[in-house]
Amino acid sequence: MKQYLLSMYQPEGPVPSPEFLERVMADLGVLRRELESTGSWVFGNGLHAPDTATVLRPGEGEVLVTDGPFTEGKEYLGGVTVIKAPDLDAALAWGRRYALATGLPIEVRPFQGEVGD
Amino acid sequence: MADADIARVFRAEYGRAVAVLVRLVGDIDLAEEAVQDAFATAAERWPAAGLPPSPAGWIITTARRRAVDRQRRESSRVDRHAQALLIHSPGEEPAEEGPVHDDRLRLIFTCCHPALAESAQVALTLRLLGGLTTAEIARAFLVAEPTMAQRLVRAKAKIRDAGIPYRVPADADLPDRLRPVLAVVYLIFNEGYLPSGPGPDPVEGPVRAELCAEAIRLARLLAELMPDEPEVLGLLALLLLIHARRPARTTADGDLVLLAEQDRTRWDRELLAEGQALVRRCLRRGRPGPYQIQAAINAVHSDAPTAADTDWRQIVQLYDQQLELAPSPVVALHRAVALAEVEGPARALETVERLDLDGYYLWHALRADLLRRLGRDAEAALAYETALALTHNPAEQAQLRCGLRSVTRRDG
Repeated sequence: MKQYLLSMYQPEGPVPSPEFLERVMADLGVLRRELESTGSWVFGNGLHAPDTATVLRPGEGEVLVTDGPFTEGKEYLGGVTVIKAPDLDAALAWGRRYALATGLPIEVRPFQGEVGD
Repeated sequence: MADADIARVFRAEYGRAVAVLVRLVGDIDLAEEAVQDAFATAAERWPAAGLPPSPAGWIITTARRRAVDRQRRESSRVDRHAQALLIHSPGEEPAEEGPVHDDRLRLIFTCCHPALAESAQVALTLRLLGGLTTAEIARAFLVAEPTMAQRLVRAKAKIRDAGIPYRVPADADLPDRLRPVLAVVYLIFNEGYLPSGPGPDPVEGPVRAELCAEAIRLARLLAELMPDEPEVLGLLALLLLIHARRPARTTADGDLVLLAEQDRTRWDRELLAEGQALVRRCLRRGRPGPYQIQAAINAVHSDAPTAADTDWRQIVQLYDQQLELAPSPVVALHRAVALAEVEGPARALETVERLDLDGYYLWHALRADLLRRLGRDAEAALAYETALALTHNPAEQAQLRCGLRSVTRRDG
């Protein structure tokens, strides 16, 4: 088995309505329980907004601390899920369901190495 | 035993050998290296020893031994694939038939996985199944060799690292996943049939003709492996029917000859008969798709003993069907060509003017032709000039210049 990172990218701008978010969260809940029941779930959670991020840059023997995300952009990383899957097709099938549930683009990326079943 | 014989075996068996080795060792690079080693050994031995009874079996067995040797040497790479290989290898000759066909099919579907860029899908298919060298593929797609090498390395690394499976998709996913496979084969053919840019010998350059042959070989393979998929048969029929016209398609100088002006006695009868038989087989299935319809259109053309005998009405009907299945302005444009023959250039021009294809050279070329036939020479000349500016293929340019001359001559 391999592990895959599913990253969710959100656009900047207003937060969707509570009704919309409620439906998304319900869909994600179903998806999460299914991942858990098939033993594919590893970890996942949403992130706070990018302006809550802090970047540490090494240089000249010290580490510089700066406010804000590593890169500024119109779309930002909104949350991550880590799953176990036998191959890319299986990982993409889960990723597709995250994309449909959230209406957001999902990047699927393999971790290095293999993990036990 | 000449070099040409070895080259012939190489062309015929390379893809099969790589596909089998990929299954056995689970690593594309190792599979390729081992097969290349085996062919290098064959090139040394066969001239003296003669061709073995089963050249393909010999290559696969030799390649497998090479792969085992390599994996033994690189002890750090002894993983479970290597162990499986060692268990099966000692002494005994493996049965080389059996799932061999599925191996090639699996490899085609792996190369055409939707997670790979389209340009990488085509290049990788040509490399692994067609045995074309990186230099040949780079030439065919007009990129520098290091660029193509990098593209291939990257695609192979993604297959390995992202875990793209060696698998023919399940029946439920097949129609979706078959689409890029058919598209890749068709793209390979088109790149050979009408190269997108100028090359050393743009129309009939040896590499380009090779691409057509390779596409047909891959389509034959798919048809053999998936005889129940009518679109696969449709694609093969389409390629055969188009390829059959090749001998009549260019003049000795490499100028393109329009379908209407081709010497039909020079068409390849054997390929035509095979293509037409496939079209009839598809029709009996009653599950039409875009490739089958395009094949049927080409079959109508090939049925006509002269251009004047062409059943244009039937062709218009087929394009109507095509537009229903997969609406596209380019298909509508081709329909207009047939419409001009059935209802005249004025009606066809009305259709053409409605299409939003301003950046497409064929739109301007057809508009120019229709305007010329309506005697609107000044407008035709402008359209010819716009079309000329939009194509880089010298043969097409020559044809457009010829049209341009005919309207400016009448003018002056």
